[in-house]
Parts: sequence; structure tokens; C-alpha cells
Amino acid sequence: MKTTKILNGNQTIAEAVRQIDPDVIAAYPITPSTAIVETIASFRADGLITGEFVCPESEHSAMSVCIGAASAGGRVMTATCSQGLALMWEMLYIAAGLRLPIVASIVNRALSAPINIHGDHSDTMGARDTGWIQIYSENCQEAYDNFIQAFRIGEHPDVLTPVMVGFDGFIISHSAEVVELEEDAAVKKFIGDFKPPFPLLDTSRKFTVGPIDFTDYYFEHKRSQIEGIENSPPVIEEVGKEFGKTFGRPYGFFEEYKMDDAELAIVVMSSAAGTCKDAVDELRSEGKRIGLLKPRVFRPFPHLKIAEALKKMKAVAVLDRSSAPGAFGAPLFTEIRSALYDYEKRPKLVNYVYGLGGRDIKVEHFKDVAGKLERIADSGKVDELLGYINLRE
Amino acid sequence: MKKETWKELPIGTVNTQAGNSVVNLTGTWRSGRRPEFIEKNCIQCFFCWVYCPHFAIMVKDGKVTGINYDYCTGCGLCAEECPTKEKAIVMVAEEIKLAAGRKQ
Ligand code: SF4
Ligand code: SF4
Repeated sequence: MKTTKILNGNQTIAEAVRQIDPDVIAAYPITPSTAIVETIASFRADGLITGEFVCPESEHSAMSVCIGAASAGGRVMTATCSQGLALMWEMLYIAAGLRLPIVASIVNRALSAPINIHGDHSDTMGARDTGWIQIYSENCQEAYDNFIQAFRIGEHPDVLTPVMVGFDGFIISHSAEVVELEEDAAVKKFIGDFKPPFPLLDTSRKFTVGPIDFTDYYFEHKRSQIEGIENSPPVIEEVGKEFGKTFGRPYGFFEEYKMDDAELAIVVMSSAAGTCKDAVDELRSEGKRIGLLKPRVFRPFPHLKIAEALKKMKAVAVLDRSSAPGAFGAPLFTEIRSALYDYEKRPKLVNYVYGLGGRDIKVEHFKDVAGKLERIADSGKVDELLGYINLRE
Repeated sequence: MKKETWKELPIGTVNTQAGNSVVNLTGTWRSGRRPEFIEKNCIQCFFCWVYCPHFAIMVKDGKVTGINYDYCTGCGLCAEECPTKEKAIVMVAEEIKLAAGRKQ
């Protein structure tokens, strides 16, 4: 039986970890995801999980432990955010290069300097080319559902790629919501067993993992690594559908909200999409034909599907909760603008950076964006490609 | 030796050819200096054998007999650790042929 609980994002992930009970959990506490690590430690102390819990001296070591444990053949996870993810940097590439399906829960938080503990996507966006699959969650329920699916996706034999699941710092990690938890046994059954292809603990076979490559092999190994994440879209789709059949909440690459007859669209990920839905409702009641597209999977980027969903719009605003200094737009924007390049008839696109360091974005801000989109649609001109929302100018 | 395409490689940098140093002669990286064994000074203490990071000290019938230049990288640890007054291993300028077309 499902249970309905009131949990914040961190408690929700901890509950999922208890249900999944990975072989090894290696994590170092960091605000705002500390509660995940603390709760897992208490689960372990209380005998509610049997997996090893390792708390090393840093996030770099936490990811190193994950890599060792996953190479041994274990189902492995970690939890971190912001500076912690940044400290894991070189090991993130190694996890992906070794094709180890480690799952990381990331509470999205801004990066220093200046130091800030609140939510934005700078941390995971910085890790977007590490080779990890990236899934973003709007609320606690999605964080729970995505986290469970992450194991199935990453551990699929065609994929074998690490997965990070993000949700917004404080806005979701520390806000209590009603969450439906599935039965422990049902979650375990959905995930199934992990069958690693080359577990080091299998001493019946002779092989070595991660030796040096020179100019004659590195390129081939990198190409082979890319294949894992390129194989993932059908798996992500299948797992999302099966999750829906099993638990009643299906998932795709993105969510479309009131997009059917829309002429204008706002693209925004994670918690701000919830606020945007309210704005869309209000604008719809005023007769505006506007919709929301909320990307869920950022890596692999579902460029064809997103382009198909947006191609008929007159104007689209892409909202990024991170910046890419020196680039002509922030990460989500440049991906989407590039995805639409092959269409002869395509919408006008504008980019807005919002919410850095946890700065609020409200319904009125989305309504401002909608007003600007109307003007762009009418004039056919984008005066400023990149703007900032709720920033003192 | 035919090199695999990316599709033929095992997943995740795994190398299933155990002991492939039989064909990969890591001594070909050596440049500049190489150790030379002077048997008459050797007291068979085996320090060189213990310290050599590449198992390049050759041993036969319980005795150090010389250096395997196919695997010696020329690091100099053996010469440094050799304890005899008149050294039984000294570093000399590289002279032997390393790989095809390469000679110093
Ligand atoms: S120079 Fe280095 S690699 Fe060569 S035999 Fe001596 S210790 Fe071994
Ligand atoms: S360290 Fe010197 S003396 Fe000792 S075994 Fe080696 S060569 Fe001989």
C-alpha cells in the first residue's frame, strides 16, 4: 500500500534511500543536503538499512569511495550539492568514463563567490558535460520518483552511466509537501537487481579497470563512453512509462502544460515551473494563448522532441537558473536555440536568467515575461537576447 | 598489432588482456639514462630488486643478473639504493636501441 506523508525534499530522498538500500552510500554533509546524509546515517545506526555508510573527509573522497565500491560491483549512491559537487569534479568524469552507474542526489545550490547556500542550478549546470545523465525535479514527489528511476536508467546494460537527480535547495529540500511513498517491496521490485558487467570482486575473470590510454586508445574509449548516454533515451522513456503503469505517475523527457493551442511558451525547469503553472493559469483566464514546457531530462538533451514541441510557437522565453558568463546565452537557452536551428519556420527565442543565489521568482515575474513575449511575437524582433529577472538594475 | 575499433572495446576502459605487458614494452619510454649492472661489485642484497617499480631487475637462480631494458624506464632508483661502496649499478648515458628508428 502507498503511504501519504508530509515530508520535505531531503526527508523524501532519505526515505527512497531506505527503500532502495544500496550496497554502499558514501557522502559528506553539506547545506542544504545535510539532512539526507544525517538521516541515512541514523537509518544505518537503527538497522533500517544494511548497506555500508561511509562518511569520508570530503566530497572528492566520497565520490572516490563510490567509484571504488561501484567498480567492485555494488549499487552505490551519494548525496551532495554546490561546492561539494564542485569538489567531486575530477571524480565525476572518472565515474562516467568507467561506466559506473552511481546515483547522486543533488540539492541544487549556488556556487561561491560570493558564498551563498540557496538554490540555483550553477552546480549541476557546471557538471553538464561530465558524462552524467541529469534529471531535474519540480517538487518532492518528482525528486522521489526520479531518484528511484535513476537506478533503473543508469544500471541498464545498454546505458551503464551515472545519474544525478537535482531538486532546488531550500525551496524543495526544506519545504514540506504531501508525498506519496510507494511500498518498500514495490520499490525494490521496480528497481530489481544490478548486474555489473565487470565487478572487481569477481575473481574468476582476469581484467583490469582504468589503466592508462595513450593517443592510440583514449579516443576510442571516449567514443565508447558516449555510446552509453546516447543509448539512454529509449531506456529513460521506457522506465518513465513503466513507472507510470506501476505507480500511477508516468514520466517523459519534459512536461507540457497548456501547450496544445499555445502561441507563446515559457521554458523553465525545477521548482520555478510550479510557480509558472499558476502564472499560465492566470494568463489563460485573461485569454492569452500561453503554455509551459518544463524540461526534466537535461542530459541527454532531448533536442528533437523539444524542438518539435516548440517549433510552432511564435515566441519562446527560456529561463535559466544559472549563468554562462561569456556565452551568448545560459545553458538551457543555447541548447534549445541550437535544437531549433534546422527548422525553417521557428519561433523567436529570448533568454532570461533568474533566481541566482535563491532569488525569488513570482507569478508577476512570469507575467512580465509573458508581456515581453507578446511584444516579441507582434514585432517579430528580439531586442535583447539575454535579460535578467528580478534583478536590481 | 591490429587495434580495436571503439565498438570492439570492452565497456568502461576495462582491459581483459591480463599480462599484456608481454607485448607492451614500457621500457621504450626510457630516455637519456639507463642503469648498468657491474656484477663484480654486487653483494646480492636485492635492494635494487625491492625498489625497482617496474620489476626490471633480472634474477636467476637466486641472484641478480642484470637489467631487463624492455621494461626499465631509467628512473634511477636501483642505482640510488644500491648500498655498495663501489656501486654495482650506475646510471650511464643511453646508447642501446630503444624502438625501431630511435637511437641516442
Ligand atoms: S632504473 Fe628504475 S626501472 Fe630501471 S632497473 Fe633501475 S629501478 Fe628499475
Ligand atoms: S642493490 Fe646493488 S648490491 Fe644490492 S643486489 Fe642490487 S646491484 Fe647488487
